[in-house]
Amino acid sequence: MPNHNTARYTAEEEYPDLEKHANHMAHCLTKEIYKKMRAVQTPSGFTIDNAIQTGVDNPGHPFIMTVGCVAGDEESYETFADLFDPVIEARHNGYKKSDMHKTDIDPDHLKGGENLDPKYVLSSRVRTGRSIRGLCLPPHCSRAERRKVEQISCEALAKLDGELKGNYYSLKGMTDKQQDQLIEDHFLFDKPVSPLLLASGMARDWPDARGIWHNDKKNFLVWINEEDHLRVISMEKGGNMNAVFKRWCTGLQLVEKHMKESGYEYMWNPHLGYILTCPSNLGTGVRAGVHLKIPKLSQQPKFDEILKKLRLQKRGTGGVDTASTDGTFDISNADRLGFSEVELVQMVIDGVEFMIDLEKKLEKGESIEAEVDGLKQK
Amino acid sequence: MFSKKVGVAVAAASSAALWYKTREQHVAGARLPPTRELKYPPGADFPDLKNHHNIMKNHLTPGCYAKLRDVTTPNGFTLDQCIQTGVDNQGHPFIKIVGLTACDEESYETFKDLFYPVIKERHNGYDPEVDTHPIDLNPAHIKGGKLDEKYVLSSRVRTGRAIRGLPHPPVCSRAERREVENIAIAAFQGLSSDLSGQYYSLKTMSEADQDKLIEDHFLFDKPVSPLLTSAGMARDWPDARGIFHNDEKNFLVWVNEEDHLRLISMEKGGDMKSVFARFCKGVNQIEKVVGEIGWEFQKSENLGYILTCPSNCGNGLRCGVHVKLPLLSKDKRFNDILDKLRLQKRGTGGVDTAAVGGTFDISNLDRLGKSEVQLVQEVIDGVNLLVEMEKRLEKRGSIDRLMPK
Repeated sequence: MPNHNTARYTAEEEYPDLEKHANHMAHCLTKEIYKKMRAVQTPSGFTIDNAIQTGVDNPGHPFIMTVGCVAGDEESYETFADLFDPVIEARHNGYKKSDMHKTDIDPDHLKGGENLDPKYVLSSRVRTGRSIRGLCLPPHCSRAERRKVEQISCEALAKLDGELKGNYYSLKGMTDKQQDQLIEDHFLFDKPVSPLLLASGMARDWPDARGIWHNDKKNFLVWINEEDHLRVISMEKGGNMNAVFKRWCTGLQLVEKHMKESGYEYMWNPHLGYILTCPSNLGTGVRAGVHLKIPKLSQQPKFDEILKKLRLQKRGTGGVDTASTDGTFDISNADRLGFSEVELVQMVIDGVEFMIDLEKKLEKGESIEAEVDGLKQK
Repeated sequence: MFSKKVGVAVAAASSAALWYKTREQHVAGARLPPTRELKYPPGADFPDLKNHHNIMKNHLTPGCYAKLRDVTTPNGFTLDQCIQTGVDNQGHPFIKIVGLTACDEESYETFKDLFYPVIKERHNGYDPEVDTHPIDLNPAHIKGGKLDEKYVLSSRVRTGRAIRGLPHPPVCSRAERREVENIAIAAFQGLSSDLSGQYYSLKTMSEADQDKLIEDHFLFDKPVSPLLTSAGMARDWPDARGIFHNDEKNFLVWVNEEDHLRLISMEKGGDMKSVFARFCKGVNQIEKVVGEIGWEFQKSENLGYILTCPSNCGNGLRCGVHVKLPLLSKDKRFNDILDKLRLQKRGTGGVDTAAVGGTFDISNLDRLGKSEVQLVQEVIDGVNLLVEMEKRLEKRGSIDRLMPK
């Protein structure tokens, strides 16, 4: 929305109180930067206040250092570069304004990952997000734009066939029976409850133009208009991460091909890779992960250090805002930008194999000190 | 310190008054940025309200939306911002919620094609187009008002006020919200004798102060009701929010919760006359001081005092008691009786709660179209009747002859 109060108050009077805050936005948004950003807005009317609202309303997260700002459209990253560039640099390991991002979604480049031990690896999953160029993102889109995203996505998905052939279930129109089935399959996503998402305005007009598409085989799934325009997910039980990744690459590229046939494309540029709502998802937007049963390893004092060296992160099996309850963790790549999709999935595969070896050793009562000390930072 | 604050406020006020005058010249009906307007016709943006139950839905026709979608108030606010809470909250067939918030004072006029019919439905046919709203804050006009304390546990009167020239909590900027707080603080310093007290900022209060305020049941917390959060009222919490109360702890002001100001007078027991007298004194004194520093409240002849929610227009007055009616509340006719007396019941935890142990929060249903004195008198007379009925039932008598018409 236009900043009609801009003329009436100084930037100093408007500047948010970030004293108790610990997120990337709070660390990067100086008064000078805020003053400069306050004078501009994107062509669709997205302002710096819109971008930072989630970070102002949510001082910090107990498990993860949050970003604290979102994009309302593709132009946000350029218009508010003075804020987004340092946030991106901080969140993505020193990624500079001049850096170029590499994209690699060729599954043939992946080594191994066909049979991660299913005694430890309960399930494997790869997800990413995609945004449709020309339409505003979930924090800012109008109902008409959101419906357009749904329409474009459904048209493209309807063209998938073979293993990927499937159906769309609109959140608004699904029957009780369909809803129960989707819940049972763990496919259904619900209105966000996380204050991080609510504060940015992503839940407006729920459940209008939200829905779930999945293939008949139930291992390729697309969420429409949740946190991003599209979330594309490939998953299956067990440890065949390689197959999961291959299906994911195929599906993703086919959907893009079909969109282009209708005259649409994904938001992408050579510096930031794929453009998504949250700066933390820029680049590949990839989160490749497993549910890993490591009750012994996870109790080790050096567990977090190991994860850090492997460039992996842990979450509870309920997703980003949960904690682990029984030694089963969601383990996934920590990075998104600056590494290609293949590189990230490879890190997960290699890292998980390593951790399974450690867990096995611990089960036998053996020491893992040598392996842990010898582990080099990736 | 008072004069320094007044000095700053006066300087701000005169520039604000000038700004406001300039704003009035702005044509209400400014267009949105062309990119959005040209791309999608209003029909593509029309919300799906098929499963919704709220008053906004009853009056937001596609034609009304098409006419208003691209219009903004002089402050730049849109209809979509006003209706967001009603779109996001489907409501319930039994509970009538409004589903609409005013972004600023001008929203009521700029979007009157929607606001006026909503007000008409919510306020029993009051027509802002032709009706005028009476204001009466003279406690001498109250008759009686000492309620039976064996049944009436506490008495309370609250209202809201909005500062002219500043947008409402759903959309105000941080600077604007802080301006409201500054004005309020200056006003509190003008309160004297039994009303003088202290302001506690939610952001800076000490733990000891916080515990005391919780113990006194004065502390308000970040809203959790989706009706309020989806309207944007909880943004930037707890910045510029706070609580004032007098030393005697029976006059209380909330700053920047659901309205700019919520003013509350309360005490244990049933002396509603005293509660209302103090209420009038406080409200009038604050209005006076606000005027002295160059500001005023949002008010109009047809809408009375203007607040965030259309349901609170007029006097924004909720006058109520916590009253023990364990027998009467079980009578099948209880809801009907309340309705005839123009009263509403709530649980003692507030608007979203249910009653516990037969003790109810009973207050006036109406806001717009009746003066403060009228409403308080209705509550006094109504509660007296309810207590009489309860006593009759205790003696196992019949309440048939006592039924209101």
